[in-house]
Amino acid sequence: MTRTVAIDLTVNGERITASVPSRLNLVDFLRNDLGLTGSHVGCEHGVCGACTLTVDGVAVRGCLMLAAQANGCTVTTVEGLSDQGLSTALQAAFTKRNALQCGFCTPGMLASALAYVNAGGTDDRDAIRAHISGNYCRCTGYQAVVEAICDTIKEART
Amino acid sequence: MTGPTHIFDKPNRYIGQSAPRADAARLLQGRGRYVDDVSLPRMVHASFVRSPHAHARITAIDTTAAKSCPGVVAIYTGADLAQHVTPYVGVLTHLAGLRSAPQHPLALDVARWQGEPVVMVIATSRALAEDACEHVMVDYDPLPATLDAETALSADAPLIHPEFGSNLAWERVVNAGNIDAAFATPGVKIVEREFRFGRHTGVTLESRGTVCDFDPSEEYLTVYYSGQAPHMMQVIFSKHLGLPEENIRVISNDVGGSFGIKIHTYGDEIATAAAAKLLRRPVKFIADRFESFVTDIHARDHVVRARMGVTEAGTIVGIDFDDLTGIGPFSMYPRTSAIECNQVLNLTGAPYVLENYRARGRVVFQNKTLMCQYRAVGHPIAMAICDGLLEDAARLIGMDPVDLRLRNLMADDSYPRASASGMKLDDLSHQAALRKLTQIMDYDTLRADQAEARKRGVYRGIGFVSMVEVTNPSPMFYGIGGAPIASQDGATVRLDAGGALHVSSSITEQGQGTNAILAQIAAGVFGVDLNRVKVTTGDTATTPYGGGTWASRGAGIGGEAMLQAAQALKDQVLEVAAVMLQTTPDKLDIQNGNVTDPDGTKRMTLADLARTVYYRGNELPSDLKPELIATRHYRVTDFPFVFTNGAMAAQVEVDIETGFVKVLHFWAVEDCGRVINPMLVDEQIRGGVVQGIGGALYEECHYSPEGQMLNATMADYMVPMAAEMPDITVAHIETPTKTSVLGAKGAGEAGTGGAPAAILNAVNDALAPLGASLWQMPMTPERVLTALDAAAG
Repeated sequence: MTRTVAIDLTVNGERITASVPSRLNLVDFLRNDLGLTGSHVGCEHGVCGACTLTVDGVAVRGCLMLAAQANGCTVTTVEGLSDQGLSTALQAAFTKRNALQCGFCTPGMLASALAYVNAGGTDDRDAIRAHISGNYCRCTGYQAVVEAICDTIKEART
Repeated sequence: MTGPTHIFDKPNRYIGQSAPRADAARLLQGRGRYVDDVSLPRMVHASFVRSPHAHARITAIDTTAAKSCPGVVAIYTGADLAQHVTPYVGVLTHLAGLRSAPQHPLALDVARWQGEPVVMVIATSRALAEDACEHVMVDYDPLPATLDAETALSADAPLIHPEFGSNLAWERVVNAGNIDAAFATPGVKIVEREFRFGRHTGVTLESRGTVCDFDPSEEYLTVYYSGQAPHMMQVIFSKHLGLPEENIRVISNDVGGSFGIKIHTYGDEIATAAAAKLLRRPVKFIADRFESFVTDIHARDHVVRARMGVTEAGTIVGIDFDDLTGIGPFSMYPRTSAIECNQVLNLTGAPYVLENYRARGRVVFQNKTLMCQYRAVGHPIAMAICDGLLEDAARLIGMDPVDLRLRNLMADDSYPRASASGMKLDDLSHQAALRKLTQIMDYDTLRADQAEARKRGVYRGIGFVSMVEVTNPSPMFYGIGGAPIASQDGATVRLDAGGALHVSSSITEQGQGTNAILAQIAAGVFGVDLNRVKVTTGDTATTPYGGGTWASRGAGIGGEAMLQAAQALKDQVLEVAAVMLQTTPDKLDIQNGNVTDPDGTKRMTLADLARTVYYRGNELPSDLKPELIATRHYRVTDFPFVFTNGAMAAQVEVDIETGFVKVLHFWAVEDCGRVINPMLVDEQIRGGVVQGIGGALYEECHYSPEGQMLNATMADYMVPMAAEMPDITVAHIETPTKTSVLGAKGAGEAGTGGAPAAILNAVNDALAPLGASLWQMPMTPERVLTALDAAAG
């Protein structure tokens, strides 16, 4: 359990080198070692989606990936999305539609929504619902999230 | 009580506007502050060894090997902590006869449910603490377990607390009119059903957790608490850890969902506080998902046998039912586990004129996770009993279920009045709500669609519920029974030198938009721009004293206190302004951050006034002593609760080959009095409906015959996800409560309370042409198919 691995990666545009326990998962590394607490831990087995973040441009579960596996990767958390202006339109739409309540699912929901939008997803409501069905939200009933994603896609078109 | 109409009519009133929440951006940028985000110097981490048995005697605990594991700081057994924490008992005097046994944070000699904490390991990281837990040796002598509530009272059931002589925790009977005579009246037809409501749990996405920090120099405990009632927890920590209340600060920053889950006394959290005190350093405990499933309170788990009598002409003559519920091995402290059953007895049939009513409730102990108050306490059961029987009766007498409701719902002009169970009711609108519902859903068209679909072999159903919701509770809910739970809440409004308002309140934020509506009320009533109001909640050291946010009381009680405080500050400021402007307060107003003439003409800015008061008081007459801060408190008097009402409908499609139920659409008409922020209310109702649909169709805690929870992971316990959920149309009727100026009632639990009955009725409406019906929730595909098989004979 004491084995450590040296890693060298880019997190939110910043180069990070660290020595981490081999068993440490990526989201715990980001939260506990780097202080990036925007990624949340809900189930630790890849079901709830709260820890969804972006690795090399792909949305992944931060709890299903080891920190060691992120060696050489480019990781973007919700803090990075915000600071780099990568999700401004979605964040504005989420605010306008109140597509969040407690906010715990929100960073993961945002990462999943961004992946959908960036992949050229349409404003088809069923397709949006299907896409975010890996992100559990106990508060909103999902409808406002669907509306916010629809708004973002429609506005990008105009 | 009535208020000045200009509060709600003036240009920058904000009350009634769908203003976006100020804190949304912070949460969207990942800058929330949840308990697990707190990291303090010298902080260590707790992990627990939990009972793997539902019922077992603990014969030996050996921590030797664990103590030598890397990073271990301390290990505590139940006996260790019993020297530092006094036991607690979950009873209240107004629930006459309720009994429970003393509970310790860690089990002492006997473990009574799978998951009960037995040993606490503290280490320098959570991972190392978990490693060491593997090396704690506990010898258990398994005992026979009582699991099934329906056999818990039988003579041969193993006793969980032998000193009580039975597993009965509480029993209550309500009797009004003469139900036997009513049912025996010629022409009265009876429907009778056995309802089964599955055991659910809250599944807050942020699990329970705490960071406790103890400063021995001042004997001061600071608790970062993910929950709903900071002041209640302050009293509990004080009482059971032996510290003065004033030496405990409870802080709730962002809370990642609560729904009633995080408002109780959990042994692992109390143990964490005790460890912080003993170790004189910060200790963090964050439940993992398995721990959440087996230790967060569960809810529902009722078996109800119920009858309704109805005449051929459609008059409901009465309801008679018997409710049995299992609550785990203890009554939860301090709110008790009898409240849900009590609510079922109080609320069943409350929308309807019922002359005759008889109900018995029994609450029994069992060796499963403790049960207690979860969103919409008792409501889904009460509404499903009455409205389930009502639609069954409608089928029996061949009457449309909407018509049968309209014949029996209390008239909107008949209040104040009481329900059959004696609940005081006022300001309700059942008839109007149901009529509005049938309009927005286009009921006739849906019935035509249903008939057409059946011709194609597609089984669609439409189901309704007319409901009440208990909101804005008075001291009659908990305080009267001896619980340290405030029913009065406070609000403070302060005008700062720059002309901005800083407000604080004792109600709490768990995502509903508490802080947003407090700002809207303060800004609108006082007269500043919304973005010039900053809000503090969730801190016993800095907010007024109060109960917090639960039982749909935040907006109605905390909101009214804020309204009164803002009005009081406005009165003060106008008094100062009148002196400075050499006029009288009644000739002035505050609008858009300025002191104005009544017509809005600007006289001076609030910043000019405040700076004069704070910086250049020499310019004021010496007998003028401006405060520029006001605090007001509010509690509900005259009524035990302020009831709201609603009418909801579901349209479902049942696949009779697979048993799957698809919810096609859902409609909700809600009367929560004055709506402060329609967007927030609508989304809260939608979220509540989805939680109710979860209970009706998916969610259930499954146990093995030995008392092991079988689906304690998020992959196995089914919660509603986006793809299964329908769009939900929400509309309002606003009948302000006369108990306050603001007129707001609660809205937070309506969806969860009403949706299950509407879904049940819709499914049974779909199954009716096949002669099948189903009275068990969740209505899983297996149960639908079993009901269809039974009907096919």
